[in-house]
Amino acid sequence: MRKLLLWMIVLLGVLAAPVEAKLRVFACEPEWGSLLEELAADTIDVDVATNALQDVHVVEARPSLIAKMRKADLLVCSGAQLEIGWLPQLLRQAGNARVTSAAGNFMAANQVTTLDRPASVDRAAGDVHPDGNPHVQLDPYRVLAIARALSARLGELDAANAAIYQQRFDDFESRWQAAITRWEIKAAPLKGKAVVVHHSAWIYLLQWLGMREIGSLEPKPGVPPTSAHLSSLIDVTKAGGAVAIISAAYQDSKPDEWLAGRTGVPALVLPFTVGGDEQAKDLFGLYDSTIDRLLGALK
Amino acid sequence: MRLLAPALALTFLLPGALQAAEPPPDAQIAALAERIRALEANAQMLQSQAAEALAAAQAAQAELQRMKTAQPDPAVAEVSVTAKAGDVTAAANQFNPSIALILNGSYVNHSKDPLDYRRAGFPLVGEGGPSANGLRLGESELSFAANIDDKLYGQLTVAMESEAGETHVGIEEAYIETTALPGGFIARGGRFYSNIGYLNSHHPHTDYFSDRPLAYQAFLGNQYGDDGVQLRWIAPTDAYLEIGTEAFRGENAPAAGAAHGGVGAKTFFVHAGGDVGSNNSWLAGASILHADARDGEDGFSGRSNLFLFDFTWKWAPHGAFKDSGIVLRSEAFIDDRKGVVIDPQDPLALAQSWEGKRRGAYVEGLYRFSRSWDVGYRYDRLWAASSGPYASDHDPQRHSIAATWHNSEFSLLRLQLARDEPQAHFLDNVFTLQYQVSLGAHGAHKF
Repeated sequence: MRKLLLWMIVLLGVLAAPVEAKLRVFACEPEWGSLLEELAADTIDVDVATNALQDVHVVEARPSLIAKMRKADLLVCSGAQLEIGWLPQLLRQAGNARVTSAAGNFMAANQVTTLDRPASVDRAAGDVHPDGNPHVQLDPYRVLAIARALSARLGELDAANAAIYQQRFDDFESRWQAAITRWEIKAAPLKGKAVVVHHSAWIYLLQWLGMREIGSLEPKPGVPPTSAHLSSLIDVTKAGGAVAIISAAYQDSKPDEWLAGRTGVPALVLPFTVGGDEQAKDLFGLYDSTIDRLLGALK
Repeated sequence: MRLLAPALALTFLLPGALQAAEPPPDAQIAALAERIRALEANAQMLQSQAAEALAAAQAAQAELQRMKTAQPDPAVAEVSVTAKAGDVTAAANQFNPSIALILNGSYVNHSKDPLDYRRAGFPLVGEGGPSANGLRLGESELSFAANIDDKLYGQLTVAMESEAGETHVGIEEAYIETTALPGGFIARGGRFYSNIGYLNSHHPHTDYFSDRPLAYQAFLGNQYGDDGVQLRWIAPTDAYLEIGTEAFRGENAPAAGAAHGGVGAKTFFVHAGGDVGSNNSWLAGASILHADARDGEDGFSGRSNLFLFDFTWKWAPHGAFKDSGIVLRSEAFIDDRKGVVIDPQDPLALAQSWEGKRRGAYVEGLYRFSRSWDVGYRYDRLWAASSGPYASDHDPQRHSIAATWHNSEFSLLRLQLARDEPQAHFLDNVFTLQYQVSLGAHGAHKF
């Protein structure tokens, strides 16, 4: 048995000898996978751990993810404890020192200021994140700041291609800035409009567009909607003049439809991340789709 | 401003008064005219002063506006230096170390007195017996974990249990583990649960049932852990592959007496896993526990090799098991022993030499149909030896069903019914109602 094990290790060591020179990146969420495509499409290999139909709060530390983590040179995640239910376990089991700290560990929420930092952390208040709301991908200014930091990190880890990363970032920045201007003009009618949200995941988007959140289907963040709480929202939704009840593609939209049926306010499923609908093929499409759908609710 | 208003009023009123008093040109009038001119000049000065002040205020406001716009977006301005060295595990909790507490309690009703419980062919070892009757506080578990520095992680799990009025505090796990070895190696030292099989390295609070499978109870005294060292290696392959070995002191069942100068048990294990599409994942393993026993709890002295094979299949839409899914799991045990047995109840009895195999297995399925509910079924079976001191014609078996309600990720209430047949003509129907909660750090669970 001992001999066999030894031979297996030797064999695997030979098989696994590093032949690929490309930087391997483990992206926790599709939005960061898409951003990496923009910033370094040809010079890196990206493994995206989750998809738009998964609730990233509760992903499991599956064996396949451990295997991917084992090979990564860089980890790109939202951070702010969004992945706390699985990422620490993956890191501990993967035995990959490159991504546990320092340069190989990139947390998007650490690159920007977060909103919703709770004054106190108490589970009675639901699944609150002490480091603030981690869903930063829906504010284009924050995305740009994250892109700048990520591009610099790529250049640091893969110095040979640093010029490519810089050039690709410059290109991305100009396209993104132009897109922001376009989105802001297009989304102007949304300013001041009120919405009811499913989970408190939209604060960055609403703040950017000047919209207001007047209620949440989850009585506490992370606690599934209850019928009593939903009933109490009927008046809030009507009186507050909500234009839509918004949820993410991965969420169960039944409670949204229930409330929509009783208030006449449309239930709107937004992609939330890249891959959340047909149009959200990349970060640009994600914003296009989100704004189109919100504008659609005004009609 | 207060001065300005009357001054302005004078400016407008006085020219009118002057016109009315025009005709008699004498010295008094000239003096008056002089005063009016002085007042006019004064008013003009005040007016211009007011205008200047207004202009200055406007300029200041404009300056402020410029400063505001010149400042970068506050959202992106604050990129801290520490952020670059962002360390996920350090940020895992507000506390350092992170503290987690598991509380549980139960009401158990056995149709047969647990004191009469005997398992045919498998003497009870460790904590492998049935639970006590009635209301009972379960094991409370307190665990501390944190990265020690840039190269080490440490964890302590203390279990507190009250039995017959006495409180026992025991160290379940206390180990340090490397986080920065190159090449996918991880080394661990201290006291910990062995990585053999599937359930063994999992804490009971992650189980789908309120008790461990019969095979775990019979062969490992519920769960095998001891003081020792571990080295494991994760292969850099597309599929998950983990290979490892451990050496233990050899004090706990199935080992006993810390043989070989205190290195009485060794293990090897291999685990492999992966995904099939985006809805299915699997994990399989093969392990061996080689233990030397000197006067074990079951009266055995000699060497034993325990082979374990485990297999887990999880199906969940988009891999999101929190809301719905199915888990199928099975583990099989083969216990191969060679040595002597002295009846532990009767120290004067003659030693009987024994060489033989015993087997055990379980199959369990869990169906989770919402975030709040799951139901599970488990079938346990042990195969006793046909000859030797533990020989038995009866093979113990057990059926269990459980329904669990989760209020949140952190609390559950479980109802379990079991039909246990540990020996011939002894049928124990067990009703268990259990609560279990976790407080503190949000523990990330293994697959």
